[in-house]
Amino acid sequence: MNQPYYEPSDLEDFPNIGEYAPAAGEKFFDYYNAATSAGKLTEREKSLIALAVATVRHCPYCIDAFTNKCLSLGVDNDEMMEAVHVGAAMVAGDTLAHATQMRKIIKKKEM
Amino acid sequence: MVECNKFDIDGAFAVQLGKCGDYPLKATGIDTLQMNITRRCNLTCKHCHVNAGPDRAEKMSQEILSRCIKAAEHPSIQTIDITGGAPEIHPDIEMLINEMEALGKRILVRSNLVILLEPGYRHLMGLFADKKVELIGSLPDYRSQRSDRQRGNGVHARIMEAMKELNHIGYGVDGTGLILNLMHNPAGAYLPACQFALESEYRRVLHQEQNLFFNELFCLVNCPVGRYLEYLKNSGNFHDYMQTLNKAFNSKTTGFVMCRKTVSVGWDGRLFDCDFNQVENITVNSGSPAHISDFEFDLLSKREIEVRNHCFACTAGAGSSCCGTLIAD
Ligand code: SF4
Ligand code: SF4
Repeated sequence: MNQPYYEPSDLEDFPNIGEYAPAAGEKFFDYYNAATSAGKLTEREKSLIALAVATVRHCPYCIDAFTNKCLSLGVDNDEMMEAVHVGAAMVAGDTLAHATQMRKIIKKKEM
Repeated sequence: MVECNKFDIDGAFAVQLGKCGDYPLKATGIDTLQMNITRRCNLTCKHCHVNAGPDRAEKMSQEILSRCIKAAEHPSIQTIDITGGAPEIHPDIEMLINEMEALGKRILVRSNLVILLEPGYRHLMGLFADKKVELIGSLPDYRSQRSDRQRGNGVHARIMEAMKELNHIGYGVDGTGLILNLMHNPAGAYLPACQFALESEYRRVLHQEQNLFFNELFCLVNCPVGRYLEYLKNSGNFHDYMQTLNKAFNSKTTGFVMCRKTVSVGWDGRLFDCDFNQVENITVNSGSPAHISDFEFDLLSKREIEVRNHCFACTAGAGSSCCGTLIAD
């Protein structure tokens, strides 16, 4: 039987990722909760950032979690899509910016 | 191995309550009499848990209304929560409000607000204001797209219009004593975020963009019964939704679920623990007949609540009720 590596139910296992390293796991969750809950930025703003990062990082669990969170927070579909475009533009931008290395080498090596 | 779906088993909620020592769940008094006076409604919302609509004819008879008024004389009952369908459609709503006001009760009317703009119902705004009726207006979202997906095209704009008129006579405006609370419920198979976060967003958009006012926002977790249950099943979301509710179970909410202090009366006079049990046809289990004509306050106020798996909607996260979340987030 074919079993996919990623299963939606794996998301439920997220609270257990501290297994085998509980002390580090606890520190991670403290940090995770502090970083993602409302501070100077609202929960809404942070959830949109998280959604953009999740799509850029191709993490199906985080895309699931933060799409649901954005829906719950009343974020509009077009606002979510705008956030994804920011992520996409950043990826395109940093890809092209790295072409600078290529261009520098070309310019050094070519007669 | 085929995994057993635990939500197919009746009693998962009861088991969960048992784990935290709260089974059986018992009423601790009655401070609210909820009256579902009609199933008729001018709208046919996709999420409607009571399956209301323009074709429904069920309505409370004068005999049942009088029985409710009699029951409401009990001094412990402070709040009369009038709902439907669209309760404004009931021909005796004015009489009911006058009688309950004469008894000195706090009166809540759950309104879709747009009915108040229809010919024949507009005068009710004045009556409500006069009798200091608290309005709970349904507004699933602060933007039209999601509201209209749930309630029908153009409904959001009409709600805005009704709010404007209500604000004009003082509803939702500080210092007038006229309460206009709004009810948010998700337009899909997900849970609402924390009430505080959504309320500030509603306020920002409604106030800054439309100059509209309201008092508080209540968040309601959609209960998997009625038309909403059909939607969950037809869209393939039922299992996920139940799992989400189950995961969000919060034992701190069980002391505050609304059935512990409410009795809900159906249009035909039958008594229920809540509106949701009403839709599921699960009458109260108090030891006396489950009908308003046998309203036994003492027995009802310590009855055992009839819990089912849809109760998970009341205990998710900060908890949910017809008056918003149950505990501070
Ligand atoms: S949700 Fe309310 S407004 Fe919509 S159909 Fe049901 S009773 Fe009517
Ligand atoms: S669904 Fe009704 S009976 Fe169940 S917990 Fe909620 S209010 Fe009580």
